[in-house]
Amino acid sequence: MTESAPRTDSWTVAGRTFNSRLIVGTGKYRDYEQNAAAVVASGAEMVTVAVRRVNLTDPGQPVLTDYIDPKKYTYLPNTAGCFTADDAMRTLRLAREAGGWKLVKLEVLSEQKHLYPDMEETLRALKLLTAEGFEVMVYCTDDPVYARKLEDAGAVAIMPLGAPIGSGLGLQNPINIRMIVEQSKVPVLVDAGVGTASDAAVAMELGCDGVLMNTAIAEARDPVLMASAMKHAVIAGREAYLAGRMKKRMFADPSSPLAGLI
Amino acid sequence: MNVRIEVNGEGRETAAATILALIEELKLDPRKVAVELNLEIVPRSLHATTPVSDGDKIELVQFVGGG
Repeated sequence: MTESAPRTDSWTVAGRTFNSRLIVGTGKYRDYEQNAAAVVASGAEMVTVAVRRVNLTDPGQPVLTDYIDPKKYTYLPNTAGCFTADDAMRTLRLAREAGGWKLVKLEVLSEQKHLYPDMEETLRALKLLTAEGFEVMVYCTDDPVYARKLEDAGAVAIMPLGAPIGSGLGLQNPINIRMIVEQSKVPVLVDAGVGTASDAAVAMELGCDGVLMNTAIAEARDPVLMASAMKHAVIAGREAYLAGRMKKRMFADPSSPLAGLI
Repeated sequence: MNVRIEVNGEGRETAAATILALIEELKLDPRKVAVELNLEIVPRSLHATTPVSDGDKIELVQFVGGG
């Protein structure tokens, strides 16, 4: 058979190969137990994590690493909540010390209301981090011009937003996402904005290498079931992209043969 | 002799002579925290030999859930 059944279809970022194209966040869950169950249901092999001060008044409280094993899942430390390049760099240096990982997610935000990335600061931080040996996956606007600048500056993955963080609005600008996919030689992942399974499928049908999401799963009524839905949506969208969709027509075209009609 | 330091933004007095002693005083797992001393990372291998001095600003961080 030359027509292929679903095949092994991995992707590679900074020399690490993954079979799952879904990256999930670990914030906003009821507790770490539910979080861990959702990660399993999602089939994700990479999870984003934040770096925060330890709780000095209650040092015995549960910690993420007890529920989601960093030896089993690739931890992708992020810089969520950082609004300057300096804050982001300080956070990622601590992340590297805490976990020993060089693969990180950079996000430098501009203001609380829309959490849109500050691309000037993001590019500045990317250059400094890359010079320090970090492998940087970059959260960015869906601007193909800036995406190109990030790639030229050494980003190991380009991660444009589909819509504002936590909004669940779905891909607002599929044209731009597609332009970024077409021009990029490093992986492109939609990061932020996915609200439900069809949004993830749309991202994958546009040719993205993967999708990163948190709130769409964590704030679903049943997060574990939604995690499973997202797993299937990413696979479905990817296979549809590989299969090559039919041409759109302005008119009907019957599916049953016209010849031999009684 | 106690010194006055700042840990995670809060002032405190400590008898700990080293970073490792401070982590143990705070009942934290030294394998799970990363340390920044006056804006410089202190690698885990140096926790036991890095002194804590009066006026030091120390950050102790770990991984938490995040998107």
